[in-house]
Amino acid sequence: MSALTLTLKSKLTQRVDMSPLTVDNLAQKSIGEIKSISLRSGKRSFRVDALFELSGETGDNLVIKDSCSHLDYIGRDQTMGTISVEGDTGAYLGMGMRGGSISVSGNVEIFAGCEMSGGQIIINGNAGQLLGAALPGNKQGMSGGIVLVKGNTGERLGDHMRRGIILVEGNTADYCGSRMTAGTIAVMGDTGRYLGYGMRRGTILLWNKPEIPPTFNDCGSHTLTFLALFFSSIRHLDSSLSDPATVFNRIRRYGGDMAGVGRGEILVKVQ
Amino acid sequence: MIINGVTIDETFAEAFPMKATRVIITAQNSKWAMIAAQAMTGFATSVIGCGCEAGIEREMDPFETPDGRPGVAVMIFAMGGKGLAKQLENRVGQCVLTSPSSAIYAGIDGGKAIPLGKNLRYFGDGFQTSKMIGGKRYWRIPVMDGEFVAEETTDMVKAVGGGNFLILADSQPQALAACDAATEVMLKLRNVILPFPGGVVGSGSKVGSKYKALGASTNDAFCPTLKGKTRTALAPEIESVMEIVIDGLTEEDINAAMRVGIEAVCKLGTGNGVRRITAGNYGGKLGPYHFHLREIMA
Repeated sequence: MSALTLTLKSKLTQRVDMSPLTVDNLAQKSIGEIKSISLRSGKRSFRVDALFELSGETGDNLVIKDSCSHLDYIGRDQTMGTISVEGDTGAYLGMGMRGGSISVSGNVEIFAGCEMSGGQIIINGNAGQLLGAALPGNKQGMSGGIVLVKGNTGERLGDHMRRGIILVEGNTADYCGSRMTAGTIAVMGDTGRYLGYGMRRGTILLWNKPEIPPTFNDCGSHTLTFLALFFSSIRHLDSSLSDPATVFNRIRRYGGDMAGVGRGEILVKVQ
Repeated sequence: MIINGVTIDETFAEAFPMKATRVIITAQNSKWAMIAAQAMTGFATSVIGCGCEAGIEREMDPFETPDGRPGVAVMIFAMGGKGLAKQLENRVGQCVLTSPSSAIYAGIDGGKAIPLGKNLRYFGDGFQTSKMIGGKRYWRIPVMDGEFVAEETTDMVKAVGGGNFLILADSQPQALAACDAATEVMLKLRNVILPFPGGVVGSGSKVGSKYKALGASTNDAFCPTLKGKTRTALAPEIESVMEIVIDGLTEEDINAAMRVGIEAVCKLGTGNGVRRITAGNYGGKLGPYHFHLREIMA
């Protein structure tokens, strides 16, 4: 049995809200019913079969082929199943997701994984701004699950993040981990300016020495037992972060942001 | 029943339901993991006077432990959940937290969660931080030697305590040698501990006493020096009796431990002064678990 596959028929000029097309919603529907689902695009609506070619059967897996950066809200509020996206996605990928997994072969736009509380998102390309963040006006960003980005990410990665793990193999832009309440962000590449700005609690784990903000205090070099637990928990991921050769437990600890609550930490690998 | 000349009595060990948990202590090396485990399981021979019964289940290789360091699995048994939780917290707080380079993790799943690091975290005086890793919460408590890591909870499961057998021998050295032979094989088994010193009880007790204040007193029927003065259970040639007590997670675990232990003792046989194996019970009225020696050895 092949997975239900939606292949985009032609290039989109308007953004499309994909939130009805989650594994949860489709699992019990017939192909006919799925074809007739209405997708919002601006002030218009389209039937699924007007935008996508359908093949395969419904089940725990959904494949979206020839995806582009105009497809927003893929996997929104998903609780189960896997969505595999071939191509790029628009904004709000996996927003509010509670379980299951999403993988994207290309790049994703802003607010990927925002306010998610469980499950796993793997982005093989780059991610836009505010990955794992809270929606504007909200105080609680990502609160569980794992996001892995194999490329680079935009600004304000993990803004207001509360729990969960964000892993970045590439670089992040400015304000990485800003206003974090808790959780863990690990970045193998470089980070921009204003790292951990307004960070309350939580951990930013870095392979390269960043520009340490003046409101973070040096707490010295240490060997931390909990890092073994952390690396062990991501061992199952296909990522250079989980490669045993990259695992370490010796770090330099910077505590902050002392301009606020100051219970967060930036841990930098001791070279 | 006679095995290698050793008489197996037609009797049974009487055991009780208990609550138990397992924790994994790790440290920089196996020496310090063992020191922490020994401290934590000290003064934990009997629930009567110690509040719990605890013992080292086994040493663990680094690849088996959550943090990849050498470890020791410890099991702790008590008569009730509250008592178990209190003993666990006190012992971890005073013996493991204080032991250098240590960390402690839950070692069992599938019961009611009881606090492990949940309350100990306050030792961090506000500097403690928690981490949710792989669906489990861990506390990182800053301490003078670095950072103490404790999993938030461990699970409490139903268990069985008080499995036992008595070894009757011609002399004290021969009784002790028989106990050594038994404990050596019994300590290799999982899911059981032998809470008494070295696994052996040199002074088994009976219920009650002539003194009102005491709930238990010396088991005079098995005291070799009282053979002529009390209603003795001993043959004239018996000079020493020792008991091995077993706590385990299930009846099957205790069965298995008793079987290998008695087998090892019987292997020594009468040539090494071992005469008889019997077991302690209260007439079957107190404990719901009965371990019949002859059924176990059948």
